[in-house]
Amino acid sequence: MKAGIGFWNILKKDIKNYYLKPPNISWGMIFPLSWTLMQLLRAPQGQAIDVKELLPGLMGMSILFGATSMLAVTITFERRGRSFERLLLAPISLSTMVLAKISGAILFGVIIAFVPVLLAACWIDLSGINWGMAFVSVVLMAVTSALLGLVIAVSAKEVFEAQTYSNFFRFPMLFLSGLFFPIERLPLLLQAVSYCLPLTYGVDMLKNAVLHTGAINIWLDLAALVGFSVLLFYICQRNIKRKWIIIR
Amino acid sequence: MNIISVKNLKKVYGDFTAVDGISFDIAQGEAFGFLGPNGAGKTSTINMLTGLSRPTAGTIRIDGIDGIKKIKKAQSIMGIVPDESNLYDEMNGFDNLTFCAALYGMGKAERQKRAAELLEEFNLKEAGDRPFKAYSKGMRRKLTIAAGIIHRPKILFLDEPTTGIDVESARQIRRLLSDLKRQGVTIFLTTHYIEDAQRICDRIAFIVKGRIVKSGTVDELLRNAGQEQVIRLTLSQGIKGIKNQFQQAFPALRIEAQSENDCLITAPERIALAPILQYLDSKGISVFEAKEARPTLEDVFVKVTGIEAGKPHKEKAGEHR
Repeated sequence: MKAGIGFWNILKKDIKNYYLKPPNISWGMIFPLSWTLMQLLRAPQGQAIDVKELLPGLMGMSILFGATSMLAVTITFERRGRSFERLLLAPISLSTMVLAKISGAILFGVIIAFVPVLLAACWIDLSGINWGMAFVSVVLMAVTSALLGLVIAVSAKEVFEAQTYSNFFRFPMLFLSGLFFPIERLPLLLQAVSYCLPLTYGVDMLKNAVLHTGAINIWLDLAALVGFSVLLFYICQRNIKRKWIIIR
Repeated sequence: MNIISVKNLKKVYGDFTAVDGISFDIAQGEAFGFLGPNGAGKTSTINMLTGLSRPTAGTIRIDGIDGIKKIKKAQSIMGIVPDESNLYDEMNGFDNLTFCAALYGMGKAERQKRAAELLEEFNLKEAGDRPFKAYSKGMRRKLTIAAGIIHRPKILFLDEPTTGIDVESARQIRRLLSDLKRQGVTIFLTTHYIEDAQRICDRIAFIVKGRIVKSGTVDELLRNAGQEQVIRLTLSQGIKGIKNQFQQAFPALRIEAQSENDCLITAPERIALAPILQYLDSKGISVFEAKEARPTLEDVFVKVTGIEAGKPHKEKAGEHR
């Protein structure tokens, strides 16, 4: 019960203080929308672009940019101002605190992911999409992206460092996870790297749900995403204990 | 009954030993002062006691709980006021307090009532809906203390609570701490303001280079320091010209010229004034005033640490965070 009160209030505070701020909402939406616009403009004249084909990539990109950077930046910001100490000094377990912190980023990622869907629904017919599968893949991508943000937050001391590290991970993932470029067209070595990234499996699952064209078995996608989530959660907890409590 | 018991506590950062095997006990309801210059190991000790840092060696027991293995359980009875305010800048005073209360599992109605009470008690009622970033330094400090006691902790840890704030706020904080002490809250206070320690604390430990060099009640420390008798004489003129002769005439005394017309006479036992007055009179120097200089805690501090109070010290604990 007491842990529940702590969890809910950390989540509520993060949503109110960070995620609902207009600059953050716009950042989560502007980048994917600009990318869509770019795709539409670069299409050869007279040739229509299938917006539905762009959708899995846009959703994946929204999650990646929304969940990863927000958590990395907010935690680094709180650590810099020492307010993060409040959480470390409170009688709530580290797991509860980590779950509360990533829950805000996960929710943000999930909501931001469906913004392109809502906009696309104004122009194209979205029937035929497996919404259940799409939702599961979005949630799991948000979980892995938020945890990746936490891994970055643990390593960064300054907000600009968190932003730099975030970009260091995010931009290669944009090109290596099959968001817009098929993995099979990449050189063999990069293909191997692609399969080490959680986003690859999330995007594949999303393509399965939206376009029914996934390249990997759906159960393998699901297992990989759950596996990455557990692994990243473990790494985050270990790093937090090691870097924020023991060494300090 | 001891509420805090520390044995052979040690903290090493690389090749720097911040805390070097210290041991102490604090009784329930006691106000314990931890005094030392910057970099002496005060903050490192408080960080280990509150769970922000893991000790390299040693044991900590907080109210019978293992303060290292079961730190989360121990944290539920602690209130912590760090040396710098650690509340949320973008939240207002009231929300900051209710958020801190929620971290200790307090229900919504209870935390709102308690936050309103504390804002009133700390004279911050009108600032309650202002963002924390708009608070003055003294207000920030007071709200941080309010956040530290919102859950009615049994033990309150305060790291330099009056550093860098205005006189009125500092006085108010001292009054609040005295009230908390009267209510039975155990206080662990680190400070380099000796005056704070003397006013608030029952017992004091001096820490230098990670080691406790002296500890005891304020009276005990003063008594030990007062074993020598010190008399300050205010004269009609300085003694610089006759200092050597004066010293030779009274070899059992230590004679020091102080400010222009003052001199300090120190002896291991009571000082007979008449021969001194006669001697000075024979040299044409009148004695306007003879006053026994009672030792202060600051004298004890200077004596045990070898560092003048308030003077900066090169090392700083925060550098090792």
